[in-house]
Amino acid sequence: MHLGVSESMRECEYSQISTRNSTPMETPYKKRTPKRRKWESFPGRNKFYCNGRLMMAKQTGVFYLTLVLILVTCGLFFTFDCPFLALELTPVIPVIGGVLFMFVLGTLLRTSFSDPGVLPRATPDEAADLEKQIDVANGSTGYRPPPRTKEVVINGQTVKLKYCFTCKIFRPPRASHCSLCDNCVERFDHHCPWVGNCVGRRNYRFFYMFILSLSFLTIFIFSFVITHIILRSHRSGFLKALKDSPASVLEVVVCFFSVWSIVGLSGFHTYLISSNQTTNEDIKGSWSSKRGKDNYNPYSHGNIFTNCCAALCGPLPPSLIDRRGFIQSGMPQLAPPTNGITMYGATQSQQSHMAAATPLLQQQSSDPVILTASTENGGPLPGRTSLNLGGPCTSLPLGQPTPPTSTPSLSCHEASDMLPIHGHSHAHNHGHTLQEPMAHHHFLTPEEVPSPPGMLPCGSPMGHSHTMQAGFYNPASQDSLHEDSVRGLVKLSSV
Amino acid sequence: MATEFHNLQELRHSASLANKVFIQRDYSEGTTCRFQTKFPSELESRIERKLFEDTVKTLNNYYTEAEKIGGQSYLEGCLACSTAYLIFLCMETRYEKVLKKISKYIQEQNEKIFAPRGLLITDPIERGMRVIEISIYEDRGSSGSSSGSSSVSGSTAR
Repeated sequence: MHLGVSESMRECEYSQISTRNSTPMETPYKKRTPKRRKWESFPGRNKFYCNGRLMMAKQTGVFYLTLVLILVTCGLFFTFDCPFLALELTPVIPVIGGVLFMFVLGTLLRTSFSDPGVLPRATPDEAADLEKQIDVANGSTGYRPPPRTKEVVINGQTVKLKYCFTCKIFRPPRASHCSLCDNCVERFDHHCPWVGNCVGRRNYRFFYMFILSLSFLTIFIFSFVITHIILRSHRSGFLKALKDSPASVLEVVVCFFSVWSIVGLSGFHTYLISSNQTTNEDIKGSWSSKRGKDNYNPYSHGNIFTNCCAALCGPLPPSLIDRRGFIQSGMPQLAPPTNGITMYGATQSQQSHMAAATPLLQQQSSDPVILTASTENGGPLPGRTSLNLGGPCTSLPLGQPTPPTSTPSLSCHEASDMLPIHGHSHAHNHGHTLQEPMAHHHFLTPEEVPSPPGMLPCGSPMGHSHTMQAGFYNPASQDSLHEDSVRGLVKLSSV
Repeated sequence: MATEFHNLQELRHSASLANKVFIQRDYSEGTTCRFQTKFPSELESRIERKLFEDTVKTLNNYYTEAEKIGGQSYLEGCLACSTAYLIFLCMETRYEKVLKKISKYIQEQNEKIFAPRGLLITDPIERGMRVIEISIYEDRGSSGSSSGSSSVSGSTAR
């Protein structure tokens, strides 16, 4: 009997799976909205160009400054110094300069425009599932859930995984939430304003190649401009040489200041790569032996060579956010950030176990509560989620991120100011800047969860879903998604 | 069929829906992609433990293969670097190739093993590699099917 049921089940399933476009359920929802791409309703604070192919952080002013500095300095070098040098010394000089310049530009653009490894936010289902597990584990009835962390042992070291309130996921190890871009980024290194993007798993190697090649370029230009001036001085005196080639002065000044910072930064990142650490970890001193005798880096492969190869030549994972995919109309949107209390559909009483893998799970509380996550519209809501928050919610995106996301943007400059950098000395300088944001951060976790009555105003704009007891979103919405996944259609973006 | 879909949809709204189970990532070996093989209790009545574990283990092996750091990946990395990554306009990275294999595998598993038992696996890449989402469809006596693909078991409630 059971077999008979499953037979028919299978047939029904197959026929439903294979009929993709002709499902009557889909049509009422399709006719409203034109096809939009997913980047248009991306919940983070990123800017997209070329129809989703390129992505950058919101503030790109400093990136343009970087670009201008590089272009102007190199332009002046090629126009004013190279002719002289090519004639006097060798034409190889402009060639090498040209190659270096192209390499620098290429790696800069690649770093700036690629997805650093953004983790997509949790779907409402996942978020609800996690919330349940956490509530169950804590046994709390309510209003002040303790800070959410999970501990995992990696290679003998205990690592704490934190729960991200904005993205509603437990962050993987080494991931961090960037407050500027409002995204969780895998293997988060730092947010670099000079490249106008976060530096994370997917673009770290380009960032490193950028600063390394820029160091070489800066030293190259600096030394050859000095050579140029010296050679001219031999002929016609120092002052006349300067007058003949005024651009050289500008180049020398720019290069002089750049050399200290860029070369220092390259040295610092070389150290980080060889020990397989991120800027974030180094600044926090996560794996420093000062924390304890047994404290070591569990991610290191053991030797410098393997660490370097893994960081620079390892496999490049594809982007997890499908920027150029089309939003299926009626598709469930991501769960908006909440204050840590999420509410659920009331039909939960029957569910006894959710074993989805965390060790935290036991009994599920059957308190009926109202659903806050979900929307029925296609595009607009996720874009609004960051805006439509009431009082208690607005503290979230700001308070939430871990301190190093703010300090490393300084580290781009500061670490490099201290020459020669070997990664440890600046840790002290950053030490005290960490205290406050750190305290603020810990402070916020229990604090950011207000009592439900206070929360309702926040929940209500999104609360229309509480009328739907049983579902988060239209069933039809998931059709194509499931069909796609069943059919094995994977949309990947290459950048 | 069309009427059946409509009926299912109506049923879906009024009655309790199917459930979703999420298999989370296993970070005990670092940041490489692995999923926990622990058997969720909701699937106990639906599928044999061994089948489930085999599926997850195979997926884990695929991901390990994709992220393996070895001769081939170095070669690919160096080649890519020397061509200023333009080579990826013509060729796929190894990771992408393995992801395609994974999609095919998941589709196969769905067709052969999971769908007959009223379950459907969603490819983890669609969930940002955070979870393996397994949708559980209810055994409905009247309609005979839990909605097959179209429903989505939106709710966690059951």
